[in-house]
Amino acid sequence: MPSNPAKLRVIWLQGITCNGNTHSFLNDPSLGTLLDSVEFLHHPLLPCTFTLQQLVKKLPKSDILIFEGAYSASFERAGMAMESLLMTLALKTKHIISMGSCASFGGIFKENDPEHISGIVFDKENDSGPLRDMRKKVITLSGCPAHPKWLSFTIDMIRFDKPIAVDEYRRPKELYAYLVHNGCLRNEYFEWKVDSEHFGTKEGCLFYAQGCQGPFTHGSCNKILWNEVSSKTRSGTPCVGCTEPTFPKRELFTTKTYMSIPSEMPIGIPKRSYLALAGAAKSFHIKRLEERLIDDHT
Amino acid sequence: MARPTKEERKVSIMTKALELFSKEGFYQTTMPSIAEKIGMSVGNLYNYFTSKEMLAKDLILYIANILGDEIRKINESPISTQEKIEAIVHMYFRIAKDRPETIEYFLRVYLSNREVFQNCCEGMICVSAFVTEMMIFFEEGVRCGELRDQDFFSAFGLFMGYLGGMVFINGENILPKPLESYEHTIAENIYYALKSR
Repeated sequence: MPSNPAKLRVIWLQGITCNGNTHSFLNDPSLGTLLDSVEFLHHPLLPCTFTLQQLVKKLPKSDILIFEGAYSASFERAGMAMESLLMTLALKTKHIISMGSCASFGGIFKENDPEHISGIVFDKENDSGPLRDMRKKVITLSGCPAHPKWLSFTIDMIRFDKPIAVDEYRRPKELYAYLVHNGCLRNEYFEWKVDSEHFGTKEGCLFYAQGCQGPFTHGSCNKILWNEVSSKTRSGTPCVGCTEPTFPKRELFTTKTYMSIPSEMPIGIPKRSYLALAGAAKSFHIKRLEERLIDDHT
Repeated sequence: MARPTKEERKVSIMTKALELFSKEGFYQTTMPSIAEKIGMSVGNLYNYFTSKEMLAKDLILYIANILGDEIRKINESPISTQEKIEAIVHMYFRIAKDRPETIEYFLRVYLSNREVFQNCCEGMICVSAFVTEMMIFFEEGVRCGELRDQDFFSAFGLFMGYLGGMVFINGENILPKPLESYEHTIAENIYYALKSR
């Protein structure tokens, strides 16, 4: 049995944010246990050692700096510009977690001022953010918001000094090597090309008619369920691709097609192979898949 | 000389069967008449194809592959969409002239006797190699801005229906001029009907 490590000293700093990741974190059912292993030097909502003003005054060392929200050099917290505040705290910490899509790639807030707003390491796909030279100590947890369990997984890995395998955007592979498509309950409809024409139904694939980004999006939403019970696609709404640097895309609920052919193929699938299989699947009519799963009239 | 492999023998049988099917039609052509044309026993023919329907299915797959391979070469050529249209029309009419039995089979056997194929060639399965390449042709044409975005089948029907119709009336000896002399005008018509506005 590993010995119980000391509590990690954690700073949760917010950039330009909607608080979505903070609220998501509060939904972690294992939050109580997690709080036994961390000490928040600062957190915007939870009890913590320092107020924001004190944090800015002391600029303490920490084990983990969690940054939520998009980065803008001139954006201030307690009178200190983010350019100095983030950089100073980043230099004084051992690990940095980029929490959510805004902190990771710029996200929704970048849309307001694309020239000046970015993520902390990445600006969309480019590694031109302010912490690019510290990228080796950054773990990216993209998502709008990130799932609370993705954060507790990462904190636990750090706490027990376990190596975290990461992808090109420094997202843990354990969480992001999957596609949202993996584990989707609608996969049988995808295979046989039976489309869902409406949101909220139990039947049909959301890829062709509703703009579902599941086949292009890295994330474990259909493996580590939200609120432990569901996911967007399980509840009948399309994945909007929120873990990717391309988020937010335009016309989220529309699948772009050229002459009825989806403009994007599922990741790694050659167009010719996809079209041959899709054409074959569409040639069949599977009665079971074309019917309602639960008929309200019987 | 090495004995032909079973696959080579099958292709040789299909080539002969194709001629009979396209000339006599599906129902007039029998396994004995095919065997006779090839010069093999009927029993031996069944070693290669378990039924006339299976032979008919293999033939449409064979033709779809020929057309698919040809269109794939065109799709992969570094030419404009308009030039691709010219090339597809030229290829289709060349095959109709050099190997008329292939297009005849497609039009007069496959499309005219759907009941024969309903249990083994549902929808587009047996012509997938050909239709997939046409999908790629249209998709890339729209993506590069040369063609107008629309429903695939509206465009597919216009293109292939036009070519099939021309080959059909040529086969009826209605055309006053050789089929190839219409190539350019037809390609131009297709391009103007499909191009972006």
